[in-house]
Amino acid sequence: MTSKILLQMEHIHKQFPGVYALKDAHLELLPGEVHAILGENGAGKSTLIKVLGGIYAKDKGEIRIEEEPVSIDSVEDARAAGVSIIHQELVLVPYLSVAENIFLGREPKTKAGFLDRKRMEEDTKKALDEFGLKIAPTTFVADLNIANQQLVEIVKAISFSAKIVVMDEPTSSLADKEVEVLFESIRQLTRRGIGIIYISHRMSELAKIADRVTVMRDGEYVGTRIVKETTTDELIAMMVGRSLTNYYVRTFNDCKETVLTVENLSNAFVKDVNFTLKKGEILGFAGLIGAGRSETMRAIFGVDRIREGKVILNGKEIQGKRTEEIMEAGIGLVPEDRRGEGIFPEMPVRFNTTIKVLRSFIRGIRVNAKKEEEIFEEYTARLSVKTPDGLTPIRSLSGGNQQKVIVGSWLATHPQVIILDEPTRGIDVGAKSEIYSIMNSLVKEGVSIIMVSSDLPEVLNMSDRIAVMCGGRITAILDRTEASQEKIMQNAVQY
Amino acid sequence: MLSPMSPVGKMLGSTKSYLKRNMGILIGLLAICVIIAMKSPNFLTQDNIMNVLRQISTNMYLASAMTMVLIAGGIDLSVGSIIAVSGVVAGTLVTDGVPIPLVILICLLLGALCGTVSGAIISTTTLPPFIVTFSMMSILRGITYVYTGGTTVRIDDRNYINLGTGYLFGIPLPVIYLLVVLVIVFIILNKTRLGRHIYAIGGNQKAAEFSGIRVRRVRMFVYIFSGIMGSLAGMVLSARSYSGNPVAGNGAEMDAIAAVVLGGASMAGGYGYIGGTMIGALIIGLLNNGLNLMRIDSYWQIILKGIVILVAVYVDYVKNLKKNKMN
Repeated sequence: MTSKILLQMEHIHKQFPGVYALKDAHLELLPGEVHAILGENGAGKSTLIKVLGGIYAKDKGEIRIEEEPVSIDSVEDARAAGVSIIHQELVLVPYLSVAENIFLGREPKTKAGFLDRKRMEEDTKKALDEFGLKIAPTTFVADLNIANQQLVEIVKAISFSAKIVVMDEPTSSLADKEVEVLFESIRQLTRRGIGIIYISHRMSELAKIADRVTVMRDGEYVGTRIVKETTTDELIAMMVGRSLTNYYVRTFNDCKETVLTVENLSNAFVKDVNFTLKKGEILGFAGLIGAGRSETMRAIFGVDRIREGKVILNGKEIQGKRTEEIMEAGIGLVPEDRRGEGIFPEMPVRFNTTIKVLRSFIRGIRVNAKKEEEIFEEYTARLSVKTPDGLTPIRSLSGGNQQKVIVGSWLATHPQVIILDEPTRGIDVGAKSEIYSIMNSLVKEGVSIIMVSSDLPEVLNMSDRIAVMCGGRITAILDRTEASQEKIMQNAVQY
Repeated sequence: MLSPMSPVGKMLGSTKSYLKRNMGILIGLLAICVIIAMKSPNFLTQDNIMNVLRQISTNMYLASAMTMVLIAGGIDLSVGSIIAVSGVVAGTLVTDGVPIPLVILICLLLGALCGTVSGAIISTTTLPPFIVTFSMMSILRGITYVYTGGTTVRIDDRNYINLGTGYLFGIPLPVIYLLVVLVIVFIILNKTRLGRHIYAIGGNQKAAEFSGIRVRRVRMFVYIFSGIMGSLAGMVLSARSYSGNPVAGNGAEMDAIAAVVLGGASMAGGYGYIGGTMIGALIIGLLNNGLNLMRIDSYWQIILKGIVILVAVYVDYVKNLKKNKMN
């Protein structure tokens, strides 16, 4: 292992038309270190990483690897310098095997010039074994779960003899157990002297995996701390530039009136689901991935078919109705997969905001553009969405802002019940706290919320009651006064 | 990037954005016009311009509908065959003395029926639209041959022929129909909920489902509309050529798709404008007309058409590449 500093990025500047994305950013990485980067959306984390990865050219500044200045002008340069980036969205080819994915673009050839499948598979097996991964090299990537796909990405990344591995929110779609496997492989990498740059919004993970953390805000370097010597509060204060006195915003009220009753709901994914939702209540849904929480919501919302059971909203049965009718009855659903199911990525923010309430400003062939603009402005302001204007495609907003647009588009329908499936996944602390405060003001107005979440502290702090699911069934409904992480986990692994 | 739904009230204001959005192909269109006009003095005569418009109108009916189909994330390869079906059916019905309004109605319904079949299969299964409409293309073409025994149906009825060759206020009737079609498609895409739903489904079908949009119904609609436009084109073509020809409209779907894509629409769905399609169809139509006027060998015309389309799409691609880099 070299004692040299593995990576130094100094005085990095990057300007986009109209935006100063990086202002004098710094980053230092030692061999064998896991270095986390924290910052709100738009803090410049991704830009910094893209500069390192050769996707963006820096305007000013210096990058040194092992104390030698390098110029990284392309992805190839970055790769040659030993930098490997694992992007948030996986970039594996689903219907190629694990081995084919790992060797994509540099497949070994036999003497005759044909694909040397045997060598590919043997080398892959060796690499997988080193990580203790029991995956056959010939498995299609599509047949792996997300956690294993992520691990394959890691194996692929280091197979380029990378010295620096960048992981952008690697845990955002992993269950707790899978996170442990990921961390174990990270530790293996660091033992080999590989430096890891780790981007995550989950503060609780930092203590487990990171050695140091660099905080960025508005494209600027705020500071670097040793994880063991800092506190969550200090980091949050550094990120937002002030201390967040109340992260989870919640005032509890007495809820009596029942709004929604679900009786014996069953379909291909869930069994005998029973619960009630009260007016002005937040009902949390906890459980492991695959426990049937999202599936329950999809069934209630008319996206998946219901085999048996009743869904009663304000005394009226709504099971088996179309999504459109269920929306009209007063239910909204913010889906779990924001990119895949929530947004219309290429369409403008305004289109995304108003798509569910077209009726209120389009009558026949008369479009009331003023009304549409008013709706857009109302919900953009109410959720403090940061967007240059209504015509910007939503894909160019940050995840947190996209999420706020989707929530806003549902609020525009004036729902009585709003189902939020993983409302804060992959968004930064500032935006998270904003979403919590929106939820709190909604329940104060008498809206009822169902919140599906894999983030236990979030469930515990925000919910009036918590339903725990396992294997397609509800295993417990806990009052907030009796709920604890342990109780939830006990019920989440009952089957 | 611009909103796809600039209201008609802001028509003048949006002229500027229209020019900006379509600058690339507008320049191409202008270049083609200048070259043809220099080589052939007949090009800019009123007669020829009317003639060009009449010629391109059939392609533009198809392209207008295809714009909606592509925006919704689909494709319709069957329209060329629908031209032939409705042409020969109209031909035989007219010859049998069926009243013309009834013939028109029957043909339009026939087109709608063809679209309904494709649309129903596409919207209730996960079969790819390409394969479904490709099969329909083959089935319908075959039916036309079987129905006619491969021969052309002659049409003598002056009133029917007039539908394709007549004039109103000095404007060829097919161009009048075209104006109506363009207005309808413009209104649907820009002024109705249906239009937004079409963009939404092409943009992200799952998100559309979660937004309470009745995806199946919307997908059905675009194919039915496409079928109706196919039969309109078939009737106009048969009236203009005094005959229902089972070979008519062969490859017409490709010209329509080319016009839409030239006009800036995305083959992946979610993006496209009727205004762009108009220019795209004009380019393709002018190419055909201009190359004829310039007396270029018809075999060479085919090659040149391919090259021009490729260049146009490539220029657009380079433009987008630059734009994306800037972002």
